[in-house]
Amino acid sequence: MNAWAAREHHRFEAAGKPFVYLVPSAAIFALDDRADAVLRRLSDRPHTSEELRASFDEDPDLAATLAELARVRAIGEVNAPETPQPKVIPLAPFPLTTMVLNVTNQCNLSCTYCYEYGEDKIVNTENGRQPKFMSEETARQSVEFMLAESGSNRRAHITFFGGETLLNFPVLRKTVAYARQRAAEIGKEVDFSLTTNATLLRPEIIEFIAENDIGVTISIDGPREVQDKFRVFHNGTGSYDIVAPKIRELLQRHTRRPIGARVTLTSGKMDVKRIYRHLTEEIGFWEVGFAPVTTSPDRAHAIAESGYDEMLGQFRELAFEFLEASVANRHHGFSNVKETIEELHKGVSKAFPCGAGLGLLGVATDGDVALCHRFAGSDAHKLGTVRDGIDRDAQRAFLERHHIANKTDCSVCWARPLCSGGCYHEAHTRYGDTVHPNLHYCNWIRGWTDVCLQVYGELSERNPAYLAQFDDEVVPQEKVS
Amino acid sequence: MNHLKPINRKAARVEQATEPPPAAGDVVALQRTGIPQQAHFPVGCSLVFSPGWEADRTGGTAGLCQPVERDLFDCHIGCYWPAQVPDQLNHAPDWTAKCAAAQKDWRKIDLIFP
Repeated sequence: MNAWAAREHHRFEAAGKPFVYLVPSAAIFALDDRADAVLRRLSDRPHTSEELRASFDEDPDLAATLAELARVRAIGEVNAPETPQPKVIPLAPFPLTTMVLNVTNQCNLSCTYCYEYGEDKIVNTENGRQPKFMSEETARQSVEFMLAESGSNRRAHITFFGGETLLNFPVLRKTVAYARQRAAEIGKEVDFSLTTNATLLRPEIIEFIAENDIGVTISIDGPREVQDKFRVFHNGTGSYDIVAPKIRELLQRHTRRPIGARVTLTSGKMDVKRIYRHLTEEIGFWEVGFAPVTTSPDRAHAIAESGYDEMLGQFRELAFEFLEASVANRHHGFSNVKETIEELHKGVSKAFPCGAGLGLLGVATDGDVALCHRFAGSDAHKLGTVRDGIDRDAQRAFLERHHIANKTDCSVCWARPLCSGGCYHEAHTRYGDTVHPNLHYCNWIRGWTDVCLQVYGELSERNPAYLAQFDDEVVPQEKVS
Repeated sequence: MNHLKPINRKAARVEQATEPPPAAGDVVALQRTGIPQQAHFPVGCSLVFSPGWEADRTGGTAGLCQPVERDLFDCHIGCYWPAQVPDQLNHAPDWTAKCAAAQKDWRKIDLIFP
Protein backbone atom coordinates (compact mmCIF):
# COMPACT_ATOMS: atom_id res chain seq x y z
CA MET A 1 0.00 0.00 0.00
CA ASN A 2 1.33 3.35 -1.00
CA ALA A 3 1.73 6.11 1.56
CA TRP A 4 0.73 9.76 1.56
CA ALA A 5 3.24 12.57 2.03
CA ALA A 6 2.86 16.32 2.30
CA ARG A 7 3.97 18.24 -0.74
CA GLU A 8 5.59 21.66 -0.74
CA HIS A 9 3.52 24.07 1.29
CA HIS A 10 3.69 26.66 4.04
CA ARG A 11 1.11 26.49 6.82
CA PHE A 12 0.18 29.69 8.60
CA GLU A 13 -2.49 30.92 10.96
CA ALA A 14 -4.57 34.04 10.69
CA ALA A 15 -7.61 35.14 12.68
CA GLY A 16 -7.13 31.97 14.74
CA LYS A 17 -7.63 29.70 11.74
CA PRO A 18 -5.24 27.48 9.80
CA PHE A 19 -4.35 28.29 6.19
CA VAL A 20 -2.00 26.77 3.67
CA TYR A 21 0.11 28.43 0.97
CA LEU A 22 0.85 25.90 -1.75
CA VAL A 23 4.08 25.79 -3.70
CA PRO A 24 4.58 26.26 -6.59
CA SER A 25 0.96 27.07 -7.45
CA ALA A 26 0.80 29.95 -4.91
CA ALA A 27 -2.79 29.00 -4.12
CA ILE A 28 -4.02 29.85 -0.61
CA PHE A 29 -6.65 27.66 1.03
CA ALA A 30 -8.32 27.86 4.41
CA LEU A 31 -8.31 24.45 6.10
CA ASP A 32 -10.90 22.95 8.37
CA ASP A 33 -9.68 21.20 11.51
CA ARG A 34 -9.60 17.77 9.93
CA ALA A 35 -7.64 18.88 6.84
CA ASP A 36 -5.25 20.82 9.04
CA ALA A 37 -4.66 17.81 11.30
CA VAL A 38 -4.04 15.51 8.34
CA LEU A 39 -1.66 17.93 6.67
CA ARG A 40 0.30 18.42 9.88
CA ARG A 41 0.51 14.70 10.46
CA LEU A 42 1.82 14.18 6.92
CA SER A 43 4.30 17.02 7.29
CA ASP A 44 6.01 15.07 10.08
CA ARG A 45 6.44 11.96 7.97
CA PRO A 46 4.59 9.96 5.31
CA HIS A 47 1.69 7.80 6.51
CA THR A 48 -0.17 4.95 4.85
CA SER A 49 -3.94 5.19 4.60
CA GLU A 50 -4.22 2.49 7.29
CA GLU A 51 -2.04 4.46 9.66
CA LEU A 52 -4.09 7.56 9.04
CA ARG A 53 -7.37 5.70 9.53
CA ALA A 54 -6.11 4.31 12.80
CA SER A 55 -4.90 7.63 14.11
CA PHE A 56 -8.07 9.45 13.10
CA ASP A 57 -10.39 6.91 14.75
CA GLU A 58 -11.84 5.55 11.54
CA ASP A 59 -13.19 9.01 10.72
CA PRO A 60 -15.63 8.50 7.82
CA ASP A 61 -14.62 11.87 6.41
CA LEU A 62 -10.93 11.04 6.20
CA ALA A 63 -11.04 9.73 2.63
CA ALA A 64 -12.78 12.87 1.40
CA THR A 65 -10.27 15.07 3.21
CA LEU A 66 -7.34 13.18 1.68
CA ALA A 67 -8.92 13.41 -1.74
CA GLU A 68 -9.32 17.18 -1.46
CA LEU A 69 -5.79 17.72 -0.20
CA ALA A 70 -4.47 15.53 -3.01
CA ARG A 71 -6.64 17.30 -5.54
CA VAL A 72 -4.98 20.68 -4.84
CA ARG A 73 -1.57 18.95 -4.52
CA ALA A 74 -1.07 19.76 -0.87
CA ILE A 75 -0.31 16.06 -0.44
CA GLY A 76 0.61 13.28 -2.83
CA GLU A 77 1.42 9.61 -2.91
CA VAL A 78 4.97 8.95 -1.86
CA ASN A 79 6.02 7.09 -4.98
CA ALA A 80 4.04 9.18 -7.43
CA PRO A 81 6.31 10.45 -10.18
CA GLU A 82 7.29 14.08 -9.78
CA THR A 83 5.63 16.41 -12.23
CA PRO A 84 8.53 18.45 -13.52
CA GLN A 85 7.99 22.20 -13.53
CA PRO A 86 7.98 23.38 -17.10
CA LYS A 87 10.72 25.86 -17.93
CA VAL A 88 8.81 28.23 -20.13
CA ILE A 89 10.72 31.17 -21.58
CA PRO A 90 8.38 33.97 -22.65
CA LEU A 91 8.07 34.31 -26.41
CA ALA A 92 9.82 37.22 -28.06
CA PRO A 93 9.02 39.95 -28.81
CA PHE A 94 7.82 40.47 -25.27
CA PRO A 95 6.19 43.91 -25.08
CA LEU A 96 8.09 46.55 -23.16
CA THR A 97 5.91 48.14 -20.49
CA THR A 98 8.43 50.28 -18.62
CA MET A 99 11.51 52.03 -19.90
CA VAL A 100 13.78 53.58 -17.28
CA LEU A 101 15.69 56.45 -18.78
CA ASN A 102 18.90 57.36 -16.97
CA VAL A 103 18.94 60.97 -18.16
CA THR A 104 22.17 61.58 -16.28
CA ASN A 105 24.66 59.58 -14.28
CA GLN A 106 25.72 62.62 -12.29
CA CYS A 107 24.50 63.42 -8.81
CA ASN A 108 24.69 66.41 -6.53
CA LEU A 109 24.61 64.20 -3.45
CA SER A 110 27.26 61.76 -2.30
CA CYS A 111 25.25 59.15 -0.43
CA THR A 112 27.79 56.81 1.07
CA TYR A 113 25.85 53.68 0.18
CA CYS A 114 25.02 54.63 -3.42
CA TYR A 115 25.13 51.68 -5.81
CA GLU A 116 25.89 53.98 -8.69
CA TYR A 117 28.73 55.99 -7.16
CA GLY A 118 29.73 54.17 -4.01
CA GLU A 119 32.30 51.46 -3.62
CA ASP A 120 30.07 48.81 -5.19
CA LYS A 121 29.43 50.61 -8.46
CA ILE A 122 29.34 48.58 -11.67
CA VAL A 123 29.94 51.32 -14.20
CA ASN A 124 32.62 53.99 -14.09
CA THR A 125 30.22 56.90 -13.86
CA GLU A 126 32.97 59.41 -13.19
CA ASN A 127 35.40 58.81 -16.03
CA GLY A 128 33.71 56.16 -18.15
CA ARG A 129 32.82 56.39 -21.83
CA GLN A 130 29.19 57.25 -21.10
CA PRO A 131 28.30 60.91 -21.47
CA LYS A 132 27.39 62.50 -18.16
CA PHE A 133 24.08 63.71 -19.52
CA MET A 134 21.73 62.09 -22.01
CA SER A 135 21.37 64.18 -25.14
CA GLU A 136 18.02 65.28 -26.45
CA GLU A 137 18.62 63.15 -29.53
CA THR A 138 19.27 59.98 -27.53
CA ALA A 139 16.18 60.69 -25.44
CA ARG A 140 14.09 61.02 -28.60
CA GLN A 141 15.55 57.79 -29.98
CA SER A 142 14.67 56.15 -26.68
CA VAL A 143 11.08 57.29 -27.01
CA GLU A 144 10.90 55.79 -30.51
CA PHE A 145 12.45 52.60 -29.16
CA MET A 146 9.91 52.46 -26.33
CA LEU A 147 6.95 53.00 -28.64
CA ALA A 148 8.21 50.39 -31.09
CA GLU A 149 8.98 47.80 -28.42
CA SER A 150 5.71 48.31 -26.57
CA GLY A 151 4.11 46.13 -29.23
CA SER A 152 0.36 46.00 -29.07
CA ASN A 153 0.20 47.63 -25.63
CA ARG A 154 -1.81 50.81 -25.74
CA ARG A 155 0.00 52.31 -22.81
CA ALA A 156 3.73 52.78 -22.37
CA HIS A 157 5.50 53.94 -19.25
CA ILE A 158 8.65 56.02 -19.03
CA THR A 159 10.50 56.51 -15.75
CA PHE A 160 13.17 59.19 -15.57
CA PHE A 161 16.07 58.22 -13.40
CA GLY A 162 19.64 59.22 -12.61
CA GLY A 163 22.07 60.05 -11.05
CA GLU A 164 19.96 62.89 -9.89
CA THR A 165 17.25 63.01 -12.50
CA LEU A 166 16.54 66.72 -12.22
CA LEU A 167 20.13 67.65 -13.09
CA ASN A 168 19.01 67.04 -16.65
CA PHE A 169 15.63 68.73 -16.38
CA PRO A 170 15.96 70.46 -19.81
CA VAL A 171 16.08 67.11 -21.61
CA LEU A 172 13.43 65.61 -19.33
CA ARG A 173 11.03 68.44 -20.14
CA LYS A 174 11.54 68.11 -23.90
CA THR A 175 11.29 64.33 -23.76
CA VAL A 176 7.89 64.47 -22.06
CA ALA A 177 6.56 66.75 -24.78
CA TYR A 178 8.10 64.68 -27.56
CA ALA A 179 6.82 61.37 -26.17
CA ARG A 180 3.30 62.76 -25.73
CA GLN A 181 3.23 63.97 -29.31
CA ARG A 182 4.66 60.80 -30.84
CA ALA A 183 2.39 58.56 -28.81
CA ALA A 184 -0.66 60.56 -29.84
CA GLU A 185 0.34 60.23 -33.49
CA ILE A 186 0.27 56.45 -33.31
CA GLY A 187 -2.71 56.17 -30.98
CA LYS A 188 -0.89 55.27 -27.77
CA GLU A 189 -0.60 56.81 -24.35
CA VAL A 190 2.53 57.44 -22.34
CA ASP A 191 2.63 57.64 -18.61
CA PHE A 192 5.57 59.30 -16.84
CA SER A 193 7.23 59.05 -13.50
CA LEU A 194 10.53 60.13 -12.02
CA THR A 195 12.73 59.46 -9.04
CA THR A 196 14.56 62.34 -7.40
CA ASN A 197 16.41 63.27 -4.24
CA ALA A 198 14.29 66.45 -4.09
CA THR A 199 17.26 68.82 -3.74
CA LEU A 200 16.51 70.51 -7.05
CA LEU A 201 12.74 70.89 -6.80
CA ARG A 202 12.26 74.52 -7.81
CA PRO A 203 8.80 76.07 -8.15
CA GLU A 204 8.87 75.88 -11.97
CA ILE A 205 9.91 72.23 -11.88
CA ILE A 206 7.16 71.43 -9.39
CA GLU A 207 4.71 73.23 -11.65
CA PHE A 208 5.89 71.21 -14.65
CA ILE A 209 5.62 67.93 -12.76
CA ALA A 210 2.11 68.72 -11.56
CA GLU A 211 0.90 70.00 -14.93
CA ASN A 212 2.19 66.95 -16.71
CA ASP A 213 0.81 64.53 -14.15
CA ILE A 214 4.19 62.92 -13.57
CA GLY A 215 4.38 60.32 -10.82
CA VAL A 216 7.09 61.07 -8.28
CA THR A 217 9.15 58.88 -6.00
CA ILE A 218 11.45 60.66 -3.61
CA SER A 219 14.54 59.03 -2.18
CA ILE A 220 14.63 60.06 1.44
CA ASP A 221 15.69 58.13 4.50
CA GLY A 222 13.67 59.74 7.28
CA PRO A 223 13.99 62.45 9.90
CA ARG A 224 16.99 64.79 9.93
CA GLU A 225 19.50 62.70 11.88
CA VAL A 226 18.68 59.61 9.79
CA GLN A 227 18.67 61.39 6.44
CA ASP A 228 21.88 63.28 7.16
CA LYS A 229 23.81 60.21 8.12
CA PHE A 230 24.32 59.02 4.54
CA ARG A 231 22.42 61.36 2.23
CA VAL A 232 24.97 64.13 2.14
CA PHE A 233 26.29 66.69 -0.32
CA HIS A 234 29.82 66.40 -1.68
CA ASN A 235 31.16 68.52 1.18
CA GLY A 236 29.56 66.21 3.72
CA THR A 237 26.69 68.40 4.87
CA GLY A 238 23.35 66.70 5.30
CA SER A 239 20.50 67.25 2.84
CA TYR A 240 17.50 67.15 5.17
CA ASP A 241 17.08 70.88 5.66
CA ILE A 242 17.28 71.46 1.92
CA VAL A 243 14.84 68.75 0.85
CA ALA A 244 12.13 68.85 3.54
CA PRO A 245 10.62 72.24 2.60
CA LYS A 246 10.84 71.42 -1.11
CA ILE A 247 9.04 68.12 -0.62
CA ARG A 248 6.28 69.83 1.34
CA GLU A 249 5.89 72.31 -1.50
CA LEU A 250 5.62 69.48 -4.05
CA LEU A 251 3.11 67.57 -1.93
CA GLN A 252 0.97 70.66 -1.64
CA ARG A 253 0.95 71.45 -5.36
CA HIS A 254 0.97 67.97 -6.92
CA THR A 255 -2.09 66.22 -5.53
CA ARG A 256 -3.33 64.22 -8.49
CA ARG A 257 -0.95 61.33 -8.06
CA PRO A 258 0.14 59.64 -4.84
CA ILE A 259 3.72 60.61 -4.04
CA GLY A 260 5.85 57.97 -2.43
CA ALA A 261 8.97 58.01 -0.34
CA ARG A 262 11.63 55.40 -0.95
CA VAL A 263 13.77 54.64 2.06
CA THR A 264 17.11 52.84 2.01
CA LEU A 265 17.66 50.93 5.23
CA THR A 266 21.21 50.49 6.43
CA SER A 267 22.89 48.96 9.45
CA GLY A 268 22.84 52.21 11.37
CA LYS A 269 19.23 53.26 10.94
CA MET A 270 16.58 50.68 11.50
CA ASP A 271 13.88 52.63 13.25
CA VAL A 272 11.32 51.69 10.62
CA LYS A 273 8.24 52.86 12.53
CA ARG A 274 9.71 56.19 13.44
CA ILE A 275 10.87 56.79 9.85
CA TYR A 276 7.41 55.82 8.62
CA ARG A 277 5.67 58.18 11.05
CA HIS A 278 7.93 61.06 10.16
CA LEU A 279 7.53 60.65 6.42
CA THR A 280 3.76 60.16 6.45
CA GLU A 281 2.49 62.21 9.36
CA GLU A 282 5.08 64.96 9.59
CA ILE A 283 6.05 65.36 5.93
CA GLY A 284 2.85 64.13 4.32
CA PHE A 285 3.87 61.30 1.96
CA TRP A 286 1.02 59.09 0.75
CA GLU A 287 3.11 55.98 0.95
CA VAL A 288 6.54 54.82 2.08
CA GLY A 289 8.51 51.89 0.71
CA PHE A 290 11.55 50.49 2.45
CA ALA A 291 14.43 48.59 0.91
CA PRO A 292 17.55 47.26 2.58
CA VAL A 293 20.69 48.75 1.09
CA THR A 294 22.35 46.84 -1.75
CA THR A 295 25.98 46.41 -0.87
CA SER A 296 28.87 44.04 -0.35
CA PRO A 297 28.69 42.46 3.09
CA ASP A 298 31.90 44.05 4.35
CA ARG A 299 30.77 47.67 4.13
CA ALA A 300 30.01 49.52 7.34
CA HIS A 301 26.43 50.25 6.23
CA ALA A 302 25.73 46.63 5.21
CA ILE A 303 22.94 44.99 7.16
CA ALA A 304 24.16 41.99 9.10
CA GLU A 305 22.18 38.81 9.81
CA SER A 306 20.89 40.19 13.13
CA GLY A 307 19.94 43.43 11.38
CA TYR A 308 17.57 41.53 9.11
CA ASP A 309 15.89 40.03 12.18
CA GLU A 310 15.47 43.47 13.69
CA MET A 311 14.12 44.81 10.41
CA LEU A 312 11.65 41.93 10.19
CA GLY A 313 10.37 42.66 13.70
CA GLN A 314 9.72 46.28 12.80
CA PHE A 315 8.20 45.45 9.44
CA ARG A 316 5.88 43.04 11.24
CA GLU A 317 4.63 45.72 13.60
CA LEU A 318 4.03 48.13 10.75
CA ALA A 319 2.35 45.38 8.69
CA PHE A 320 -0.14 44.68 11.47
CA GLU A 321 -0.79 48.39 11.73
CA PHE A 322 -1.53 48.27 8.01
CA LEU A 323 -3.88 45.35 8.67
CA GLU A 324 -5.92 47.19 11.30
CA ALA A 325 -6.18 50.26 9.07
CA SER A 326 -7.28 48.16 6.10
CA VAL A 327 -9.86 46.27 8.16
CA ALA A 328 -11.33 49.66 9.06
CA ASN A 329 -11.07 50.79 5.40
CA ARG A 330 -8.55 53.48 6.29
CA HIS A 331 -5.54 54.20 4.11
CA HIS A 332 -2.15 53.07 5.34
CA GLY A 333 0.96 53.96 3.39
CA PHE A 334 3.27 51.02 4.10
CA SER A 335 3.71 50.14 0.46
CA ASN A 336 5.89 47.05 0.93
CA VAL A 337 3.03 45.11 2.51
CA LYS A 338 0.44 46.28 0.02
CA GLU A 339 2.50 45.14 -2.95
CA THR A 340 3.02 41.70 -1.46
CA ILE A 341 -0.65 41.38 -0.51
CA GLU A 342 -1.57 42.08 -4.11
CA GLU A 343 0.78 39.38 -5.36
CA LEU A 344 -0.56 36.93 -2.80
CA HIS A 345 -4.13 37.70 -3.78
CA LYS A 346 -3.44 37.05 -7.44
CA GLY A 347 -1.41 33.96 -6.67
CA VAL A 348 1.67 35.15 -8.50
CA SER A 349 4.24 32.41 -9.05
CA LYS A 350 7.28 33.93 -10.66
CA ALA A 351 9.69 32.38 -13.11
CA PHE A 352 11.85 35.51 -12.79
CA PRO A 353 12.26 37.75 -9.75
CA CYS A 354 11.26 40.94 -11.58
CA GLY A 355 10.52 42.35 -14.99
CA ALA A 356 14.11 43.38 -15.72
CA GLY A 357 15.15 42.30 -19.21
CA LEU A 358 11.55 41.41 -19.98
CA GLY A 359 8.91 44.13 -19.59
CA LEU A 360 11.35 46.58 -18.05
CA LEU A 361 14.60 47.86 -19.50
CA GLY A 362 17.05 50.54 -18.47
CA VAL A 363 18.63 52.98 -20.92
CA ALA A 364 22.06 54.51 -20.26
CA THR A 365 22.95 58.10 -21.15
CA ASP A 366 24.48 56.96 -24.45
CA GLY A 367 21.42 54.93 -25.47
CA ASP A 368 22.70 51.50 -24.50
CA VAL A 369 19.88 49.28 -23.30
CA ALA A 370 20.50 47.22 -20.16
CA LEU A 371 18.63 44.80 -17.93
CA CYS A 372 17.42 47.64 -15.72
CA HIS A 373 18.46 51.10 -14.61
CA ARG A 374 20.85 49.64 -12.06
CA PHE A 375 22.88 48.05 -14.85
CA ALA A 376 22.58 50.92 -17.32
CA GLY A 377 25.91 51.45 -19.04
CA SER A 378 27.32 48.06 -18.11
CA ASP A 379 28.60 46.20 -21.17
CA ALA A 380 28.23 42.85 -19.45
CA HIS A 381 24.51 43.44 -18.96
CA LYS A 382 23.74 45.10 -22.26
CA LEU A 383 20.67 44.01 -24.22
CA GLY A 384 20.96 46.23 -27.27
CA THR A 385 20.73 49.93 -27.97
CA VAL A 386 17.82 52.26 -28.51
CA ARG A 387 19.01 52.72 -32.09
CA ASP A 388 19.35 49.04 -33.04
CA GLY A 389 16.61 47.67 -30.81
CA ILE A 390 16.69 44.80 -28.35
CA ASP A 391 19.35 42.16 -28.91
CA ARG A 392 16.98 39.19 -28.94
CA ASP A 393 19.72 36.59 -28.69
CA ALA A 394 21.18 38.25 -25.62
CA GLN A 395 17.72 38.63 -24.10
CA ARG A 396 16.86 34.99 -24.75
CA ALA A 397 20.19 33.85 -23.31
CA PHE A 398 19.59 35.98 -20.23
CA LEU A 399 16.10 34.57 -19.68
CA GLU A 400 17.27 30.99 -20.26
CA ARG A 401 20.01 31.41 -17.68
CA HIS A 402 18.00 33.20 -15.00
CA HIS A 403 14.85 31.08 -14.98
CA ILE A 404 13.85 29.85 -11.51
CA ALA A 405 14.26 26.28 -12.79
CA ASN A 406 18.03 26.89 -12.84
CA LYS A 407 18.20 28.07 -9.23
CA THR A 408 18.82 24.86 -7.35
CA ASP A 409 19.01 26.63 -3.98
CA CYS A 410 15.50 27.96 -4.48
CA SER A 411 13.99 24.60 -5.44
CA VAL A 412 13.40 23.66 -1.80
CA CYS A 413 12.16 27.05 -0.61
CA TRP A 414 8.45 27.64 -0.08
CA ALA A 415 8.82 31.39 -0.69
CA ARG A 416 10.11 31.01 -4.24
CA PRO A 417 6.80 31.81 -6.00
CA LEU A 418 7.22 35.41 -4.79
CA CYS A 419 10.98 35.78 -4.42
CA SER A 420 12.31 33.75 -7.32
CA GLY A 421 15.87 34.30 -6.11
CA GLY A 422 15.67 38.05 -5.56
CA CYS A 423 17.17 41.13 -7.17
CA TYR A 424 19.73 40.58 -9.97
CA HIS A 425 21.62 43.68 -8.93
CA GLU A 426 21.76 42.65 -5.29
CA ALA A 427 23.09 39.25 -6.42
CA HIS A 428 25.66 40.87 -8.67
CA THR A 429 26.88 43.09 -5.84
CA ARG A 430 26.98 40.30 -3.27
CA TYR A 431 28.11 37.34 -5.33
CA GLY A 432 29.42 38.82 -8.56
CA ASP A 433 26.76 37.04 -10.61
CA THR A 434 23.20 38.07 -11.44
CA VAL A 435 22.04 34.45 -11.50
CA HIS A 436 23.08 33.72 -7.91
CA PRO A 437 20.12 33.47 -5.49
CA ASN A 438 20.38 36.09 -2.74
CA LEU A 439 21.03 33.57 0.01
CA HIS A 440 21.98 36.23 2.56
CA TYR A 441 18.38 37.32 2.94
CA CYS A 442 16.46 34.02 2.56
CA ASN A 443 15.37 34.00 6.20
CA TRP A 444 14.24 37.57 5.94
CA ILE A 445 12.23 36.84 2.75
CA ARG A 446 10.55 33.81 4.30
CA GLY A 447 9.83 35.75 7.50
CA TRP A 448 8.40 38.68 5.60
CA THR A 449 6.32 36.46 3.30
CA ASP A 450 4.93 34.71 6.37
CA VAL A 451 3.96 38.08 7.90
CA CYS A 452 2.24 39.11 4.68
CA LEU A 453 0.40 35.77 4.51
CA GLN A 454 -0.91 36.36 8.02
CA VAL A 455 -2.05 39.86 7.10
CA TYR A 456 -3.64 38.47 3.94
CA GLY A 457 -5.41 35.67 5.84
CA GLU A 458 -6.74 38.14 8.41
CA LEU A 459 -7.98 40.45 5.67
CA SER A 460 -9.73 37.58 3.92
CA GLU A 461 -11.59 36.86 7.17
CA ARG A 462 -12.21 40.34 8.48
CA ASN A 463 -12.57 42.53 5.40
CA PRO A 464 -12.68 40.49 2.19
CA ALA A 465 -14.08 43.51 0.33
CA TYR A 466 -10.71 45.20 0.78
CA LEU A 467 -9.09 42.54 -1.40
CA ALA A 468 -11.47 43.15 -4.29
CA GLN A 469 -9.38 46.17 -5.31
CA PHE A 470 -6.71 43.74 -6.49
CA ASP A 471 -9.08 41.90 -8.82
CA ASP A 472 -8.39 44.52 -11.44
CA GLU A 473 -6.52 42.97 -14.32
CA VAL A 474 -4.30 46.00 -14.85
CA VAL A 475 -0.70 45.00 -14.38
CA PRO A 476 0.80 47.07 -11.57
CA GLN A 477 3.73 49.26 -12.45
CA GLU A 478 7.10 47.71 -11.82
CA LYS A 479 8.76 49.47 -8.88
CA VAL A 480 11.95 51.28 -9.71
CA SER A 481 14.38 51.81 -6.87
CA MET B 1 -14.73 21.04 -1.63
CA ASN B 2 -15.81 20.77 1.98
CA HIS B 3 -12.56 20.73 3.93
CA LEU B 4 -10.59 23.30 1.98
CA LYS B 5 -11.83 26.74 1.08
CA PRO B 6 -10.12 28.67 -1.73
CA ILE B 7 -9.02 32.08 -0.48
CA ASN B 8 -6.99 33.77 -3.19
CA ARG B 9 -7.69 33.88 -6.89
CA LYS B 10 -5.14 31.21 -7.72
CA ALA B 11 -6.84 28.82 -5.30
CA ALA B 12 -10.14 29.44 -7.07
CA ARG B 13 -8.47 28.60 -10.36
CA VAL B 14 -6.91 25.45 -8.93
CA GLU B 15 -10.32 24.35 -7.72
CA GLN B 16 -11.86 25.07 -11.10
CA ALA B 17 -9.11 23.32 -13.02
CA THR B 18 -9.36 20.16 -10.93
CA GLU B 19 -13.15 19.98 -10.98
CA PRO B 20 -13.99 16.31 -11.50
CA PRO B 21 -16.20 15.62 -14.53
CA PRO B 22 -19.89 15.23 -13.74
CA ALA B 23 -20.60 11.57 -13.05
CA ALA B 24 -23.49 11.06 -15.46
CA GLY B 25 -23.05 13.97 -17.82
CA ASP B 26 -22.78 13.87 -21.58
CA VAL B 27 -19.55 12.48 -22.94
CA VAL B 28 -18.41 14.42 -25.95
CA ALA B 29 -15.81 13.21 -28.42
CA LEU B 30 -12.25 14.41 -27.70
CA GLN B 31 -13.52 15.87 -24.44
CA ARG B 32 -10.87 16.98 -22.02
CA THR B 33 -11.47 17.68 -18.41
CA GLY B 34 -9.41 18.62 -15.43
CA ILE B 35 -6.03 20.27 -15.59
CA PRO B 36 -5.33 21.64 -19.04
CA GLN B 37 -3.19 19.22 -21.00
CA GLN B 38 -0.16 20.09 -23.03
CA ALA B 39 -1.25 21.32 -26.42
CA HIS B 40 -1.32 18.52 -29.00
CA PHE B 41 -1.23 19.47 -32.64
CA PRO B 42 -2.05 16.69 -35.02
CA VAL B 43 -0.37 17.67 -38.26
CA GLY B 44 -2.85 17.18 -41.01
CA CYS B 45 -5.97 15.82 -39.45
CA SER B 46 -9.43 17.11 -40.03
CA LEU B 47 -9.09 18.82 -36.66
CA VAL B 48 -6.95 21.52 -38.21
CA PHE B 49 -8.60 21.56 -41.61
CA SER B 50 -5.57 21.03 -43.75
CA PRO B 51 -6.22 20.54 -47.49
CA GLY B 52 -7.60 17.21 -48.41
CA TRP B 53 -10.49 17.27 -46.01
CA GLU B 54 -13.46 19.54 -45.51
CA ALA B 55 -11.81 22.83 -46.28
CA ASP B 56 -8.33 24.25 -46.34
CA ARG B 57 -6.94 26.51 -43.66
CA THR B 58 -8.23 29.61 -45.38
CA GLY B 59 -11.69 28.12 -45.71
CA GLY B 60 -11.20 27.40 -49.42
CA THR B 61 -12.25 24.23 -51.19
CA ALA B 62 -10.29 24.47 -54.45
CA GLY B 63 -7.44 22.18 -53.47
CA LEU B 64 -9.47 19.55 -51.75
CA CYS B 65 -9.82 15.89 -52.49
CA GLN B 66 -6.13 15.22 -52.80
CA PRO B 67 -5.09 11.67 -53.43
CA VAL B 68 -5.12 9.24 -50.57
CA GLU B 69 -1.34 8.76 -50.89
CA ARG B 70 -0.89 12.19 -49.46
CA ASP B 71 -2.20 10.95 -46.14
CA LEU B 72 0.85 8.78 -45.85
CA PHE B 73 3.03 11.83 -45.37
CA ASP B 74 0.58 13.99 -43.54
CA CYS B 75 -0.03 11.30 -41.02
CA HIS B 76 3.42 9.86 -40.51
CA ILE B 77 4.80 13.08 -39.02
CA GLY B 78 2.29 13.77 -36.35
CA CYS B 79 -0.09 10.94 -35.92
CA TYR B 80 1.15 7.48 -36.96
CA TRP B 81 -2.30 6.95 -38.32
CA PRO B 82 -3.69 5.39 -40.35
CA ALA B 83 -0.40 4.16 -41.79
CA GLN B 84 2.24 3.02 -39.33
CA VAL B 85 5.34 4.10 -41.19
CA PRO B 86 9.06 3.37 -40.81
CA ASP B 87 11.25 5.16 -38.34
CA GLN B 88 12.75 7.86 -40.45
CA LEU B 89 15.19 9.08 -37.83
CA ASN B 90 17.23 5.95 -37.18
CA HIS B 91 16.17 2.80 -38.91
CA ALA B 92 15.16 3.89 -42.40
CA PRO B 93 16.18 7.47 -43.03
CA ASP B 94 15.87 7.18 -46.80
CA TRP B 95 12.65 5.24 -47.18
CA THR B 96 11.02 8.06 -49.13
CA ALA B 97 14.13 9.15 -51.02
CA LYS B 98 12.77 8.11 -54.40
CA CYS B 99 9.35 9.49 -53.78
CA ALA B 100 9.45 13.13 -54.75
CA ALA B 101 5.70 13.59 -55.09
CA ALA B 102 3.48 11.13 -53.29
CA GLN B 103 0.73 11.34 -55.83
CA LYS B 104 3.04 10.37 -58.68
CA ASP B 105 5.82 8.37 -57.08
CA TRP B 106 4.15 6.45 -54.29
CA ARG B 107 4.97 3.16 -55.93
CA LYS B 108 8.70 3.92 -55.49
CA ILE B 109 8.54 4.08 -51.72
CA ASP B 110 10.79 1.42 -50.28
CA LEU B 111 9.38 -1.54 -48.53
CA ILE B 112 10.90 -1.77 -45.12
CA PHE B 113 11.19 -4.98 -43.17
CA PRO B 114 11.94 -4.85 -39.48
